[in-house]
Amino acid sequence: MSDEEDDIILSELSDDELVDQMMDDLYDGLKDEIMEAVNILLERSWEPYDILTRPLVGGMTIVGNDFRDGILFVPEVLLAANAMKGGMSILKPLLVETGAPTIGKMVIGTVKGDIHDIGKNLVAMMMEGAGFEIVDLGINNAVEGYLEALDKEKADILGMSALLTTTMPYMKVVIDTLKEQGKRDDYIVLVGGAPLNEEFGRAIGADAYCRDAAVAVETAKSFMARKHNRAPS
Amino acid sequence: MTTLPSDPVLTKEGADLRDQAPGAERTLLIACGALAREVLALKQINAWDHMDLICLPAILHNTPDLITDAVRAKVAEHRARYPNIFVLYADCGTGGLLEAACIEMGVQMLSGPHCYAFFDGVEAFEARGEVTSFYLTDFLARQFDAFVWHPLGLDRHPELKDMYFANYEALVYLAQTDDPALTKKARACADRLGLRFERRYTGYGDLARELAKEASQ
Repeated sequence: MSDEEDDIILSELSDDELVDQMMDDLYDGLKDEIMEAVNILLERSWEPYDILTRPLVGGMTIVGNDFRDGILFVPEVLLAANAMKGGMSILKPLLVETGAPTIGKMVIGTVKGDIHDIGKNLVAMMMEGAGFEIVDLGINNAVEGYLEALDKEKADILGMSALLTTTMPYMKVVIDTLKEQGKRDDYIVLVGGAPLNEEFGRAIGADAYCRDAAVAVETAKSFMARKHNRAPS
Repeated sequence: MTTLPSDPVLTKEGADLRDQAPGAERTLLIACGALAREVLALKQINAWDHMDLICLPAILHNTPDLITDAVRAKVAEHRARYPNIFVLYADCGTGGLLEAACIEMGVQMLSGPHCYAFFDGVEAFEARGEVTSFYLTDFLARQFDAFVWHPLGLDRHPELKDMYFANYEALVYLAQTDDPALTKKARACADRLGLRFERRYTGYGDLARELAKEASQ
């Protein structure tokens, strides 16, 4: 970072300049700066939801796009996510208080036999940022855990993640169990993970394979819109 | 005797390790660069002089979505001169795409999910069900920085370590050889990741068995 940038005093920037600066800082994974800027915007009477969506989700969308295009790599994305997490930690309690809009509810978890959660955590964070309520089951989830959570939470969406070729077939076990119990059509099922592809998603009976967190958000929004359009008035 | 290129060359560039002219009676092995040393050792021990070896860059290990096309291109390049080609990759994170490509091209490949499994023995590996283990082979222990530390950004951002490894419990070093210096290096890798260290001698495992089967045909 240049000396000029080091000299930037966030509180002296106009709102628009600060939003741009936050997007830059998010891109650079500067957690402390993001948290400071969030507090400045709150002091300027910004709505928590607007802070979340404009500089944070907006900034992470750029990060996601550059990751997809091979400009950024996993470490940089994780640093950016960590910075966003810092901002979210301030905003989350305020969003609950202010009753920010919720688009839908998602139960998400890594499948049985798999402990990899980086992609799953990114999806959960971006979905939360986009206005979804997230119930994160963590790693190594058996079918019973997924089904129990879906039922208990009255979720709209099931998200399953796997990093290993050996564990990704377990997604089909979960979907088949939903079918056996006559519950498959109650949920939108989204799957993701490095070794998956669209063909696999179709073959196991998922509604969609999501290549990355940004795609997951757009796909979930699109399915929720269709679900609402179908709902009786 | 074929000279083994350095690990950095095998990592980034791959290598053409053939020392004889192609021929209909010869078998071409298209392998991950991480297997070069082991395959050459097996060739020498067993006098499998009819096998020729070409290695793709081992670093493809970190971008499995590029493996299938790289193998396809290499098979296409040599198909006309080698009726018999054996792809020394397991699934290696390709999600079944490499297997489908090999079936389509009519070439054999190794079974199992990855090299950890075929060194350990695919059945034994699956039976262990070690969900929380991170694996190194001889090659990966030597090239830990190039394959793990640097690509994960831990050289620049050590604070990311827990985001990657918090769910792991052990680093299991699957040793192809008895090399105290390499064992020490693997143990140091476990220490750097904050994981319990375990060494398991595998030898060449299913790699040796599958190549022996191929040689006997």
